[in-house]
Amino acid sequence: MNRSGQEREDMATTPVQPKVIVRNLNFYYGETAALRNICVEIPEYRVTAFIGPSGCGKSTLLRTFNQIYKLYPNQKATGEIFLDGVDILQNSGDLNRLRARVGMVFQQPTPFPMSIYHNISFAVKLYENLRRAEMDERVEWALRKAALWDEVKDVLHRSGNSLSGGQQQRLCIARAIAVKPEVVLLDEPASSLDPISTARIEELVTELKNDYTIVIVTHNMQQAARISDFTAYMYLGELIEFAETEMIFTRPAMKQTEDYITGKFG
Amino acid sequence: MNLLSQIGAMLTVCFGLFWLGWILLTLLQYGIPGMSLSVFTQMTPPPGSQGGLLNAIAGSFSMVMLSTLIATPIGILAGTYMAEYGQRGWLSPVTRFINDILLSAPSIVIGLFVYEAYVVQVKHFSGVAGSFALGILVIPVVVRTTENMLKLVPNRLREAAAALGTPQWKIIIMITLRASRAGIITGILLAVARISGETAPLLFTSLNNQFWSNNFNRPMANLPVTIFDYAMSPYRDWHRLAWAGALLITLGVLGLNILARAVFRQNRPGE
Repeated sequence: MNRSGQEREDMATTPVQPKVIVRNLNFYYGETAALRNICVEIPEYRVTAFIGPSGCGKSTLLRTFNQIYKLYPNQKATGEIFLDGVDILQNSGDLNRLRARVGMVFQQPTPFPMSIYHNISFAVKLYENLRRAEMDERVEWALRKAALWDEVKDVLHRSGNSLSGGQQQRLCIARAIAVKPEVVLLDEPASSLDPISTARIEELVTELKNDYTIVIVTHNMQQAARISDFTAYMYLGELIEFAETEMIFTRPAMKQTEDYITGKFG
Repeated sequence: MNLLSQIGAMLTVCFGLFWLGWILLTLLQYGIPGMSLSVFTQMTPPPGSQGGLLNAIAGSFSMVMLSTLIATPIGILAGTYMAEYGQRGWLSPVTRFINDILLSAPSIVIGLFVYEAYVVQVKHFSGVAGSFALGILVIPVVVRTTENMLKLVPNRLREAAAALGTPQWKIIIMITLRASRAGIITGILLAVARISGETAPLLFTSLNNQFWSNNFNRPMANLPVTIFDYAMSPYRDWHRLAWAGALLITLGVLGLNILARAVFRQNRPGE
């Protein structure tokens, strides 16, 4: 479903299309409201960052995009979330199909208890039927995209758990993109990594936006400024401001946002 | 104060170890002289003649095998339900409660139950009945360990799998059960260790057999009841065999425990 290179170049000059549209989203953990009246449009083939102090709801918002919160019976969302114009909250159809289209990478690396190769082929096999050679190709492609291939190409049969933390996280990114989703959600993907691994993952994100719509939650404001095209500032379950990253970091419209990014608060 | 509690703790440890050591020493002292090749090659003898424990060893082994084969799948499935599906509703808490009762039920009660429910109905003792009784002892142990081990698997692993669009049954089989494999195998081994020395449930169910018996529908020889019979008898050579059998079971259980620890240490769940 990825557009060709030519089409993408056209996109860069034309105004961005929204991929995900959120309207009047409320979210509850049991009785506690965690998100209030969120309205936001996530542009296609761009990196959008959610920033804000701990507990502001940025991860919660991210977790509604692939409906992963539905694993927990006491969490619920009301409102509308459109993915390519279809409301996934009302009409989610097959949840697993949706999640195959909207990939996610978590704060802590989560390699599955199997080999590096199978960590990726497991994900691909869920929705595609590839021949052996095609699968080999796909695994190599994903690992190259995630800048991990050179480090693991000779040890593909080894357990995913044998890798270092930074490598494990890149393996998880490779796994997420191997299934060729349309949207990739990153929930503080670099927070448990050292600066070198962090830098590699940031490079990766910048490169990936050519093919995917990326939403990243981050604690680190410099990171948001470095890699994102759009930034949303959230506070106490509300979306305070959403604009192009440059705007947010140079001329924020709201006093609250300015206080946060200049470090007067939070 | 710290010193005092440390000394107290040390003393109680020594107290426990002292009896354990004594039991082991006694077992070795009386058991080793009874050990010989004939123990493993000959049938249980009538009093006053030469013999071994072959039929009892074989009977014990096959009944333990059968009961494990019956009970393990049930236990794993039930434990999986409780850990993975049973977050909502009443079924899982109720099952957990009943399982805890079963776990601590005296084994003689289980023996009596199978006697009433099966042996009395078919009107004869049998190896199957023995296996049932032992199986009922295995199930709660396996249920408990399966549930506990699955709960040790971090939720983020389930989330990561679900986020790829993996159906729940596949998450359970390919990810969470796989991650807790070592722990579950450990639980099964410990359950086997527990039942291999059980006497009470077999007295009412499989009884015993002086001869070679490979028919599960007939009374079946087994080590614990043989030890019980022979130790109670007035005959010297039966005593020797009883000691040898006791030593054999103890070594077997010890071996199983060590194996279980080794398996568990090699790969812990969630790592």
